[in-house]
Amino acid sequence: MSIDTRPSTSEPVPASEESRQWTARVRRSAESAFPPNRLLPDRQPAYMASWIYVFGVLTVVGLGWVIITGCVLAVMGPSWWHVSSVGLFVNSLHLWSVEAFFFFMVVHLWGKFFMAAWRGNRRLTWATGVISFLVSVGAAFTGYLSQQNFDSQWISTQAKDGINATGAGAVWNVLNFGQMLMWHIVLLPIVVALIAGLHVLLVRRRGIVPPFDLTEDGDEVQEAAPGPDPA
Amino acid sequence: MSRGSRGRRRFNPDRDVKEWTGAYVPYDILKEAFVAFLAVAALIALLAIVFSSPDEHAVTLKTWSAADPVDFAQTAITELDGTSGTATYGPPYNATPDASQHIGFFEPNQWLGVHQPVDTAQDFVIGPLRTLPNQQATQLAITTYESAPAAQQATWTTAYEKSVANAIDFHGRLHVPAGRYGPVGVIIGSLTAMSQTGGLDGTLLSDGQFYNTNYTKPLLFLADGNYLAARAGTQHLQGDQWGMMNETGNFPGQAWLWLYTMWYQVPPMNTSANGDLEVWGLMMLLSLGLIFLPFIPGLRSIPRWTRVYKVIWRHHYRELAAS
Repeated sequence: MSIDTRPSTSEPVPASEESRQWTARVRRSAESAFPPNRLLPDRQPAYMASWIYVFGVLTVVGLGWVIITGCVLAVMGPSWWHVSSVGLFVNSLHLWSVEAFFFFMVVHLWGKFFMAAWRGNRRLTWATGVISFLVSVGAAFTGYLSQQNFDSQWISTQAKDGINATGAGAVWNVLNFGQMLMWHIVLLPIVVALIAGLHVLLVRRRGIVPPFDLTEDGDEVQEAAPGPDPA
Repeated sequence: MSRGSRGRRRFNPDRDVKEWTGAYVPYDILKEAFVAFLAVAALIALLAIVFSSPDEHAVTLKTWSAADPVDFAQTAITELDGTSGTATYGPPYNATPDASQHIGFFEPNQWLGVHQPVDTAQDFVIGPLRTLPNQQATQLAITTYESAPAAQQATWTTAYEKSVANAIDFHGRLHVPAGRYGPVGVIIGSLTAMSQTGGLDGTLLSDGQFYNTNYTKPLLFLADGNYLAARAGTQHLQGDQWGMMNETGNFPGQAWLWLYTMWYQVPPMNTSANGDLEVWGLMMLLSLGLIFLPFIPGLRSIPRWTRVYKVIWRHHYRELAAS
Protein backbone atom coordinates (compact mmCIF):
# COMPACT_ATOMS: atom_id res chain seq x y z
CA MET A 1 0.00 0.00 0.00
CA SER A 2 1.38 3.39 -0.92
CA ILE A 3 0.79 6.49 1.10
CA ASP A 4 0.20 9.81 -0.60
CA THR A 5 2.45 12.30 1.18
CA ARG A 6 1.71 15.17 -1.17
CA PRO A 7 0.08 18.16 0.51
CA SER A 8 -3.60 18.35 -0.16
CA THR A 9 -4.59 21.25 -2.36
CA SER A 10 -8.25 20.44 -2.68
CA GLU A 11 -9.21 21.40 0.87
CA PRO A 12 -7.04 24.26 2.14
CA VAL A 13 -7.08 24.99 5.85
CA PRO A 14 -9.13 28.15 6.50
CA ALA A 15 -6.98 31.10 7.54
CA SER A 16 -9.01 31.68 10.70
CA GLU A 17 -8.64 28.06 11.75
CA GLU A 18 -4.91 28.11 11.10
CA SER A 19 -4.52 31.27 13.16
CA ARG A 20 -6.05 29.50 16.17
CA GLN A 21 -3.57 26.62 16.07
CA TRP A 22 -1.32 26.36 19.12
CA THR A 23 1.64 25.89 16.80
CA ALA A 24 0.83 28.95 14.76
CA ARG A 25 0.28 31.07 17.86
CA VAL A 26 3.59 30.03 19.39
CA ARG A 27 5.40 30.69 16.09
CA ARG A 28 3.86 34.16 15.78
CA SER A 29 4.71 35.01 19.40
CA ALA A 30 8.29 33.82 19.00
CA GLU A 31 8.72 35.74 15.76
CA SER A 32 7.30 38.84 17.37
CA ALA A 33 9.39 38.60 20.55
CA PHE A 34 12.62 37.50 18.94
CA PRO A 35 13.09 38.80 15.42
CA PRO A 36 16.52 37.69 14.13
CA ASN A 37 18.13 41.10 14.51
CA ARG A 38 17.12 41.17 18.17
CA LEU A 39 18.18 37.60 18.90
CA LEU A 40 21.55 38.02 17.19
CA PRO A 41 22.20 41.77 17.04
CA ASP A 42 25.11 43.22 15.09
CA ARG A 43 25.07 46.59 16.86
CA GLN A 44 24.59 47.81 20.38
CA PRO A 45 23.75 51.11 22.10
CA ALA A 46 26.73 53.45 22.34
CA TYR A 47 26.47 53.68 26.16
CA MET A 48 27.66 50.06 26.52
CA ALA A 49 31.30 51.16 26.38
CA SER A 50 32.32 49.58 29.69
CA TRP A 51 34.18 46.44 30.74
CA ILE A 52 31.37 45.59 33.15
CA TYR A 53 29.28 44.40 30.20
CA VAL A 54 31.84 41.71 29.41
CA PHE A 55 30.97 39.86 32.63
CA GLY A 56 27.55 38.87 31.30
CA VAL A 57 28.99 36.89 28.41
CA LEU A 58 31.83 35.66 30.64
CA THR A 59 29.24 34.22 33.01
CA VAL A 60 27.50 32.37 30.20
CA VAL A 61 30.83 31.09 28.88
CA GLY A 62 31.90 30.08 32.40
CA LEU A 63 28.68 28.06 32.75
CA GLY A 64 29.46 26.46 29.41
CA TRP A 65 32.87 25.30 30.64
CA VAL A 66 31.35 24.03 33.90
CA ILE A 67 28.96 21.87 31.87
CA ILE A 68 31.62 20.69 29.41
CA THR A 69 34.13 19.66 32.08
CA GLY A 70 31.34 18.11 34.15
CA CYS A 71 30.25 16.04 31.16
CA VAL A 72 33.80 14.74 30.70
CA LEU A 73 33.84 13.69 34.38
CA ALA A 74 30.44 12.05 33.91
CA VAL A 75 31.72 10.01 30.95
CA MET A 76 34.31 8.30 33.14
CA GLY A 77 32.26 8.11 36.34
CA PRO A 78 32.45 9.70 39.78
CA SER A 79 35.52 7.81 41.03
CA TRP A 80 37.74 8.33 37.98
CA TRP A 81 39.37 11.56 39.10
CA HIS A 82 40.59 9.96 42.35
CA VAL A 83 42.70 7.34 40.55
CA SER A 84 43.74 9.01 37.30
CA SER A 85 46.09 11.94 36.74
CA VAL A 86 44.07 12.88 33.66
CA GLY A 87 40.93 12.64 35.76
CA LEU A 88 42.45 14.88 38.41
CA PHE A 89 43.27 17.46 35.74
CA VAL A 90 39.72 17.37 34.37
CA ASN A 91 38.41 17.71 37.91
CA SER A 92 40.72 20.70 38.38
CA LEU A 93 39.32 22.25 35.19
CA HIS A 94 35.83 21.64 36.57
CA LEU A 95 36.69 23.21 39.92
CA TRP A 96 38.29 26.31 38.44
CA SER A 97 35.54 26.74 35.87
CA VAL A 98 33.08 26.77 38.78
CA GLU A 99 35.20 29.34 40.64
CA ALA A 100 35.48 31.47 37.48
CA PHE A 101 31.75 31.13 36.77
CA PHE A 102 30.83 32.38 40.23
CA PHE A 103 33.37 35.21 40.11
CA PHE A 104 32.00 36.40 36.76
CA MET A 105 28.42 36.01 37.92
CA VAL A 106 28.91 37.94 41.16
CA VAL A 107 30.66 40.82 39.35
CA HIS A 108 27.85 40.76 36.76
CA LEU A 109 25.23 40.80 39.53
CA TRP A 110 26.82 43.74 41.39
CA GLY A 111 27.28 45.59 38.11
CA LYS A 112 23.61 45.16 37.25
CA PHE A 113 22.62 46.20 40.76
CA PHE A 114 24.49 49.49 40.50
CA MET A 115 22.96 50.07 37.06
CA ALA A 116 19.50 49.44 38.56
CA ALA A 117 19.11 47.10 35.62
CA TRP A 118 15.50 46.26 36.52
CA ARG A 119 14.30 49.65 35.26
CA GLY A 120 12.02 49.83 32.26
CA ASN A 121 10.05 46.62 32.67
CA ARG A 122 13.19 44.51 33.22
CA ARG A 123 12.22 43.17 36.66
CA LEU A 124 11.78 39.63 35.40
CA THR A 125 15.24 39.78 33.83
CA TRP A 126 16.64 40.77 37.23
CA ALA A 127 14.63 38.09 39.07
CA THR A 128 15.73 35.28 36.72
CA GLY A 129 19.34 36.39 37.16
CA VAL A 130 19.09 36.24 40.94
CA ILE A 131 17.27 32.88 40.88
CA SER A 132 19.91 31.53 38.51
CA PHE A 133 22.58 32.58 41.02
CA LEU A 134 20.75 30.94 43.94
CA VAL A 135 20.19 27.66 42.08
CA SER A 136 23.83 27.70 41.00
CA VAL A 137 24.83 27.91 44.67
CA GLY A 138 22.80 24.74 45.26
CA ALA A 139 24.38 23.04 42.25
CA ALA A 140 27.88 23.87 43.44
CA PHE A 141 27.03 22.74 46.97
CA THR A 142 25.89 19.32 45.77
CA GLY A 143 29.12 19.14 43.78
CA TYR A 144 31.11 19.52 46.97
CA LEU A 145 28.99 16.75 48.51
CA SER A 146 29.69 14.47 45.54
CA GLN A 147 33.49 14.58 45.69
CA GLN A 148 33.79 11.38 47.78
CA ASN A 149 36.62 12.74 49.91
CA PHE A 150 37.17 14.43 53.26
CA ASP A 151 35.63 17.69 52.03
CA SER A 152 32.42 15.85 51.20
CA GLN A 153 32.35 14.13 54.57
CA TRP A 154 32.87 17.30 56.56
CA ILE A 155 30.65 19.60 54.51
CA SER A 156 27.78 17.09 54.47
CA THR A 157 27.91 16.34 58.19
CA GLN A 158 27.98 20.06 58.99
CA ALA A 159 25.37 21.08 56.42
CA LYS A 160 22.87 18.45 57.53
CA ASP A 161 22.00 20.52 60.61
CA GLY A 162 20.97 23.55 58.60
CA ILE A 163 19.06 21.50 56.03
CA ASN A 164 17.36 19.38 58.70
CA ALA A 165 16.38 22.49 60.72
CA THR A 166 14.27 23.67 57.77
CA GLY A 167 12.56 20.29 57.49
CA ALA A 168 14.02 19.73 54.01
CA GLY A 169 16.17 16.92 55.42
CA ALA A 170 13.07 14.73 55.40
CA VAL A 171 13.39 14.36 51.63
CA TRP A 172 16.76 15.91 50.77
CA ASN A 173 19.43 13.90 52.59
CA VAL A 174 22.85 15.52 52.18
CA LEU A 175 24.49 12.38 53.62
CA ASN A 176 23.12 10.29 50.74
CA PHE A 177 25.87 10.41 48.12
CA GLY A 178 23.75 8.86 45.38
CA GLN A 179 20.94 11.35 45.85
CA MET A 180 23.29 14.34 45.93
CA LEU A 181 25.15 13.15 42.82
CA MET A 182 21.87 12.88 40.91
CA TRP A 183 20.87 16.38 41.97
CA HIS A 184 24.32 17.66 41.00
CA ILE A 185 24.58 16.16 37.54
CA VAL A 186 20.94 16.00 36.44
CA LEU A 187 18.31 18.03 38.25
CA LEU A 188 20.09 21.24 39.25
CA PRO A 189 22.02 21.68 35.97
CA ILE A 190 18.72 21.40 34.08
CA VAL A 191 17.18 24.10 36.29
CA VAL A 192 20.24 26.36 36.01
CA ALA A 193 20.36 25.96 32.23
CA LEU A 194 16.63 26.66 31.85
CA ILE A 195 16.64 29.75 34.07
CA ALA A 196 19.90 31.08 32.63
CA GLY A 197 18.49 30.50 29.13
CA LEU A 198 15.32 32.39 30.03
CA HIS A 199 17.47 35.17 31.49
CA VAL A 200 19.45 35.52 28.25
CA LEU A 201 16.28 35.51 26.16
CA LEU A 202 14.80 38.24 28.37
CA VAL A 203 17.98 40.28 27.93
CA ARG A 204 17.59 39.95 24.16
CA ARG A 205 13.85 40.71 24.39
CA ARG A 206 14.05 43.77 26.65
CA GLY A 207 17.48 45.04 25.70
CA ILE A 208 20.18 46.45 27.98
CA VAL A 209 19.00 49.06 30.46
CA PRO A 210 19.95 52.62 29.43
CA PRO A 211 21.86 54.92 31.80
CA PHE A 212 20.15 57.18 34.28
CA ASP A 213 19.06 60.38 32.60
CA LEU A 214 21.08 63.31 34.00
CA THR A 215 20.30 67.02 34.08
CA GLU A 216 22.89 69.56 33.00
CA ASP A 217 24.36 69.79 36.50
CA GLY A 218 24.80 66.03 36.69
CA ASP A 219 21.84 65.06 38.90
CA GLU A 220 19.31 62.42 37.93
CA VAL A 221 16.12 63.50 36.28
CA GLN A 222 13.42 62.99 38.90
CA GLU A 223 10.39 63.45 36.70
CA ALA A 224 10.28 63.38 32.97
CA ALA A 225 8.05 62.14 30.25
CA PRO A 226 5.64 59.40 31.31
CA GLY A 227 7.27 56.03 31.50
CA PRO A 228 5.95 52.80 30.10
CA ASP A 229 2.88 51.18 31.47
CA PRO A 230 3.48 48.41 33.98
CA ALA A 231 3.90 44.99 32.45
CA MET B 1 1.97 55.17 43.47
CA SER B 2 0.10 57.91 41.68
CA ARG B 3 -1.39 57.69 38.27
CA GLY B 4 -1.88 60.32 35.63
CA SER B 5 -5.16 61.30 34.11
CA ARG B 6 -4.77 58.75 31.32
CA GLY B 7 -3.81 55.83 33.58
CA ARG B 8 -0.08 56.31 33.11
CA ARG B 9 2.16 56.19 36.17
CA ARG B 10 4.33 59.07 37.24
CA PHE B 11 7.91 58.53 36.11
CA ASN B 12 9.99 56.95 38.84
CA PRO B 13 13.75 56.92 38.09
CA ASP B 14 14.22 53.77 40.19
CA ARG B 15 11.62 51.88 38.20
CA ASP B 16 11.17 53.53 34.82
CA VAL B 17 13.54 54.53 32.07
CA LYS B 18 13.47 56.50 28.89
CA GLU B 19 14.40 53.92 26.28
CA TRP B 20 17.49 54.66 24.26
CA THR B 21 17.06 56.73 21.10
CA GLY B 22 20.73 57.62 20.70
CA ALA B 23 23.56 56.16 18.67
CA TYR B 24 24.34 52.48 18.08
CA VAL B 25 27.77 51.05 17.36
CA PRO B 26 28.81 47.83 15.59
CA TYR B 27 28.89 44.79 17.87
CA ASP B 28 29.74 41.18 16.95
CA ILE B 29 28.08 39.15 19.70
CA LEU B 30 29.22 35.75 18.42
CA LYS B 31 32.82 36.89 18.03
CA GLU B 32 32.77 38.26 21.58
CA ALA B 33 31.36 34.97 22.89
CA PHE B 34 33.97 32.93 20.99
CA VAL B 35 36.87 35.04 22.23
CA ALA B 36 35.46 34.84 25.77
CA PHE B 37 35.13 31.06 25.40
CA LEU B 38 38.82 30.74 24.50
CA ALA B 39 39.94 33.23 27.14
CA VAL B 40 38.07 31.40 29.91
CA ALA B 41 39.47 28.10 28.65
CA ALA B 42 42.98 29.48 28.90
CA LEU B 43 42.29 30.89 32.36
CA ILE B 44 40.89 27.70 33.88
CA ALA B 45 43.58 25.57 32.20
CA LEU B 46 46.26 27.80 33.71
CA LEU B 47 44.66 27.63 37.16
CA ALA B 48 44.23 23.84 36.88
CA ILE B 49 47.88 23.34 35.88
CA VAL B 50 49.26 25.64 38.58
CA PHE B 51 46.96 24.84 41.49
CA SER B 52 45.29 21.47 40.60
CA SER B 53 42.42 20.58 42.95
CA PRO B 54 42.25 19.23 46.51
CA ASP B 55 41.52 15.56 47.18
CA GLU B 56 42.06 14.79 50.85
CA HIS B 57 41.30 11.10 51.41
CA ALA B 58 38.06 10.32 53.17
CA VAL B 59 38.13 9.18 56.79
CA THR B 60 36.84 5.65 57.30
CA LEU B 61 35.69 3.98 60.48
CA LYS B 62 38.74 1.75 60.03
CA THR B 63 41.24 4.63 59.91
CA TRP B 64 39.47 6.37 62.81
CA SER B 65 39.45 3.34 65.11
CA ALA B 66 43.06 2.52 64.20
CA ALA B 67 44.33 6.08 64.65
CA ASP B 68 42.33 6.89 67.78
CA PRO B 69 40.70 3.78 69.33
CA VAL B 70 39.98 5.64 72.56
CA ASP B 71 37.87 8.28 70.82
CA PHE B 72 36.18 5.52 68.82
CA ALA B 73 35.30 3.57 71.98
CA GLN B 74 34.15 6.71 73.80
CA THR B 75 31.84 7.44 70.86
CA ALA B 76 30.65 3.84 70.50
CA ILE B 77 29.44 3.66 74.11
CA THR B 78 27.31 6.77 73.55
CA GLU B 79 25.78 5.08 70.50
CA LEU B 80 25.00 2.02 72.65
CA ASP B 81 23.45 3.91 75.56
CA GLY B 82 21.62 6.42 73.36
CA THR B 83 23.39 9.60 74.46
CA SER B 84 25.33 10.41 71.28
CA GLY B 85 24.60 13.38 69.05
CA THR B 86 22.79 11.18 66.54
CA ALA B 87 20.86 9.24 69.20
CA THR B 88 19.47 12.49 70.64
CA TYR B 89 19.18 14.36 67.32
CA GLY B 90 15.46 14.11 66.73
CA PRO B 91 13.92 14.23 63.23
CA PRO B 92 14.69 13.12 60.59
CA TYR B 93 16.71 10.37 62.37
CA ASN B 94 14.64 9.60 65.47
CA ALA B 95 11.76 10.90 67.55
CA THR B 96 13.69 12.42 70.47
CA PRO B 97 11.23 14.91 72.01
CA ASP B 98 12.01 18.65 72.00
CA ALA B 99 15.15 18.14 69.92
CA SER B 100 14.08 20.03 66.79
CA GLN B 101 15.13 23.61 66.26
CA HIS B 102 12.29 26.11 66.32
CA ILE B 103 11.44 29.78 66.17
CA GLY B 104 8.37 30.19 68.34
CA PHE B 105 5.74 27.80 67.05
CA PHE B 106 7.59 27.39 63.73
CA GLU B 107 9.17 23.93 63.97
CA PRO B 108 9.29 22.46 60.44
CA ASN B 109 11.69 19.65 61.27
CA GLN B 110 9.32 18.32 63.94
CA TRP B 111 6.30 18.69 61.65
CA LEU B 112 7.89 16.57 58.90
CA GLY B 113 9.00 13.84 61.31
CA VAL B 114 11.35 10.87 61.02
CA HIS B 115 12.28 9.98 57.43
CA GLN B 116 15.82 8.54 57.81
CA PRO B 117 15.32 6.30 60.88
CA VAL B 118 18.48 5.52 62.83
CA ASP B 119 18.60 3.44 66.02
CA THR B 120 22.20 3.98 67.06
CA ALA B 121 22.40 1.02 69.47
CA GLN B 122 21.05 -1.46 66.94
CA ASP B 123 22.38 0.09 63.71
CA PHE B 124 25.86 1.11 64.88
CA VAL B 125 26.74 -1.44 67.57
CA ILE B 126 24.57 -4.51 68.11
CA GLY B 127 23.51 -5.12 64.50
CA PRO B 128 27.04 -5.07 63.05
CA LEU B 129 28.38 -7.29 65.87
CA ARG B 130 25.58 -9.81 65.22
CA THR B 131 27.04 -10.34 61.75
CA LEU B 132 30.36 -11.60 63.18
CA PRO B 133 30.73 -15.39 62.87
CA ASN B 134 32.61 -17.57 65.34
CA GLN B 135 32.72 -15.02 68.13
CA GLN B 136 30.81 -16.73 70.90
CA ALA B 137 32.04 -14.39 73.64
CA THR B 138 30.79 -11.35 71.73
CA GLN B 139 27.42 -12.94 70.94
CA LEU B 140 27.01 -14.01 74.59
CA ALA B 141 27.85 -10.47 75.76
CA ILE B 142 25.24 -9.00 73.41
CA THR B 143 22.62 -11.50 74.55
CA THR B 144 23.40 -10.73 78.19
CA TYR B 145 23.17 -6.99 77.56
CA GLU B 146 19.93 -7.17 75.61
CA SER B 147 18.20 -9.45 78.09
CA ALA B 148 19.11 -7.27 81.07
CA PRO B 149 16.65 -4.70 82.47
CA ALA B 150 17.11 -1.13 81.26
CA ALA B 151 18.33 -0.03 84.70
CA GLN B 152 21.05 -2.69 84.64
CA GLN B 153 22.05 -1.69 81.12
CA ALA B 154 22.35 1.92 82.27
CA THR B 155 24.51 0.89 85.24
CA TRP B 156 26.87 -0.99 82.93
CA THR B 157 27.12 1.74 80.29
CA THR B 158 27.62 4.46 82.90
CA ALA B 159 30.41 2.45 84.50
CA TYR B 160 32.01 1.88 81.11
CA GLU B 161 31.81 5.57 80.20
CA LYS B 162 33.73 6.39 83.40
CA SER B 163 36.37 3.78 82.69
CA VAL B 164 36.79 4.53 79.00
CA ALA B 165 37.38 8.18 79.88
CA ASN B 166 40.72 6.97 81.26
CA ALA B 167 41.43 4.45 78.51
CA ILE B 168 44.74 4.46 76.70
CA ASP B 169 45.81 3.74 73.16
CA PHE B 170 48.68 1.23 73.36
CA HIS B 171 50.09 0.79 69.85
CA GLY B 172 46.64 0.98 68.30
CA ARG B 173 45.00 -1.30 70.86
CA LEU B 174 42.34 -0.12 73.27
CA HIS B 175 43.08 -0.57 76.99
CA VAL B 176 40.18 0.28 79.28
CA PRO B 177 40.66 0.26 83.08
CA ALA B 178 38.75 -2.46 84.86
CA GLY B 179 35.28 -1.63 86.13
CA ARG B 180 31.84 -3.05 86.89
CA TYR B 181 30.59 -2.63 83.33
CA GLY B 182 29.52 -6.24 82.74
CA PRO B 183 29.27 -7.29 79.07
CA VAL B 184 29.71 -3.77 77.74
CA GLY B 185 33.50 -4.01 77.78
CA VAL B 186 33.39 -7.03 75.47
CA ILE B 187 30.81 -5.37 73.20
CA ILE B 188 32.74 -2.13 72.71
CA GLY B 189 36.07 -3.96 72.53
CA SER B 190 34.71 -6.25 69.81
CA LEU B 191 33.23 -3.33 67.90
CA THR B 192 36.59 -1.50 68.03
CA ALA B 193 38.41 -4.60 66.78
CA MET B 194 35.80 -5.12 64.05
CA SER B 195 36.17 -1.53 62.95
CA GLN B 196 39.97 -1.78 62.87
CA THR B 197 39.69 -4.61 60.35
CA GLY B 198 37.40 -2.52 58.10
CA GLY B 199 34.39 -4.75 58.71
CA LEU B 200 32.26 -2.02 60.27
CA ASP B 201 32.54 0.27 57.22
CA GLY B 202 31.03 -2.36 54.96
CA THR B 203 28.38 -3.43 57.43
CA LEU B 204 27.07 0.09 58.06
CA LEU B 205 26.90 0.81 54.36
CA SER B 206 25.40 -2.42 53.09
CA ASP B 207 21.90 -1.99 54.53
CA GLY B 208 21.06 -5.42 53.18
CA GLN B 209 21.80 -4.60 49.56
CA PHE B 210 24.75 -5.34 47.31
CA TYR B 211 24.77 -1.88 45.72
CA ASN B 212 24.47 1.13 47.98
CA THR B 213 25.20 4.83 47.67
CA ASN B 214 23.65 6.03 50.91
CA TYR B 215 26.37 6.90 53.46
CA THR B 216 24.02 8.32 56.10
CA LYS B 217 24.84 5.83 58.87
CA PRO B 218 28.67 5.75 58.64
CA LEU B 219 28.77 9.53 58.29
CA LEU B 220 26.57 10.03 61.35
CA PHE B 221 28.75 7.65 63.36
CA LEU B 222 31.91 9.47 62.21
CA ALA B 223 30.41 12.87 63.01
CA ASP B 224 29.55 11.80 66.56
CA GLY B 225 33.25 11.35 67.40
CA ASN B 226 35.96 13.94 67.86
CA TYR B 227 38.38 12.54 65.28
CA LEU B 228 36.62 13.96 62.22
CA ALA B 229 36.18 17.37 63.85
CA ALA B 230 39.81 17.50 65.01
CA ARG B 231 41.00 16.76 61.50
CA ALA B 232 38.64 19.43 60.16
CA GLY B 233 40.07 21.90 62.65
CA THR B 234 43.59 21.41 61.29
CA GLN B 235 42.16 22.17 57.82
CA HIS B 236 40.45 25.40 59.01
CA LEU B 237 37.03 23.87 58.37
CA GLN B 238 35.36 24.26 61.77
CA GLY B 239 32.22 26.37 62.05
CA ASP B 240 34.01 29.12 63.97
CA GLN B 241 36.70 29.12 61.25
CA TRP B 242 34.17 30.05 58.55
CA GLY B 243 34.33 26.37 57.65
CA MET B 244 31.17 26.11 55.53
CA MET B 245 32.78 28.18 52.77
CA ASN B 246 36.27 26.64 53.00
CA GLU B 247 37.71 23.46 51.63
CA THR B 248 40.87 21.51 52.40
CA GLY B 249 44.16 23.13 51.47
CA ASN B 250 44.51 26.71 50.33
CA PHE B 251 41.72 26.64 47.78
CA PRO B 252 39.03 29.30 47.57
CA GLY B 253 36.19 26.89 48.37
CA GLN B 254 32.61 28.13 48.26
CA ALA B 255 33.45 31.82 48.69
CA TRP B 256 29.92 32.67 47.53
CA LEU B 257 28.65 31.33 50.86
CA TRP B 258 30.38 34.14 52.77
CA LEU B 259 27.15 35.78 53.90
CA TYR B 260 25.59 32.48 55.00
CA THR B 261 28.76 31.59 56.92
CA MET B 262 29.04 35.06 58.44
CA TRP B 263 25.75 34.73 60.31
CA TYR B 264 27.18 31.75 62.21
CA GLN B 265 29.95 34.00 63.55
CA VAL B 266 27.71 36.68 65.08
CA PRO B 267 25.25 36.81 67.99
CA PRO B 268 22.67 35.56 68.61
CA MET B 269 23.10 32.82 65.99
CA ASN B 270 26.59 31.77 67.09
CA THR B 271 25.33 30.75 70.54
CA SER B 272 21.66 29.98 69.86
CA ALA B 273 20.32 26.44 70.15
CA ASN B 274 18.19 27.30 67.13
CA GLY B 275 21.03 28.95 65.21
CA ASP B 276 20.69 26.84 62.05
CA LEU B 277 17.01 27.62 61.63
CA GLU B 278 17.62 31.30 62.39
CA VAL B 279 20.41 31.55 59.81
CA TRP B 280 18.38 29.71 57.17
CA GLY B 281 15.34 31.84 57.86
CA LEU B 282 17.44 34.98 57.55
CA MET B 283 19.04 33.82 54.32
CA MET B 284 15.68 32.91 52.80
CA LEU B 285 14.34 36.37 53.65
CA LEU B 286 17.44 38.04 52.18
CA SER B 287 17.22 35.89 49.04
CA LEU B 288 13.58 36.82 48.55
CA GLY B 289 14.54 40.44 49.16
CA LEU B 290 17.15 40.24 46.42
CA ILE B 291 14.70 38.65 43.96
CA PHE B 292 12.02 41.25 44.66
CA LEU B 293 14.42 44.16 45.16
CA PRO B 294 13.00 46.09 42.16
CA PHE B 295 9.70 46.33 44.05
CA ILE B 296 11.13 47.50 47.39
CA PRO B 297 11.14 51.30 47.82
CA GLY B 298 14.35 52.55 49.35
CA LEU B 299 16.42 49.51 48.50
CA ARG B 300 15.85 49.99 44.78
CA SER B 301 17.06 53.58 45.14
CA ILE B 302 20.50 52.56 46.44
CA PRO B 303 22.08 52.51 42.94
CA ARG B 304 20.92 56.07 42.32
CA TRP B 305 22.07 57.25 45.74
CA THR B 306 25.50 55.63 45.61
CA ARG B 307 26.13 56.89 42.04
CA VAL B 308 28.45 54.01 41.19
CA TYR B 309 26.69 54.07 37.82
CA LYS B 310 28.54 57.29 37.01
CA VAL B 311 31.74 55.25 36.95
CA ILE B 312 30.15 52.50 34.85
CA TRP B 313 28.74 54.91 32.28
CA ARG B 314 31.49 57.52 32.55
CA HIS B 315 32.21 57.46 28.78
CA HIS B 316 28.54 57.98 28.02
CA TYR B 317 28.21 60.93 30.39
CA ARG B 318 31.51 62.42 29.18
CA GLU B 319 30.30 62.30 25.57
CA LEU B 320 26.97 63.79 26.59
CA ALA B 321 28.75 66.64 28.37
CA ALA B 322 31.02 67.20 25.37
CA SER B 323 28.08 67.38 23.00
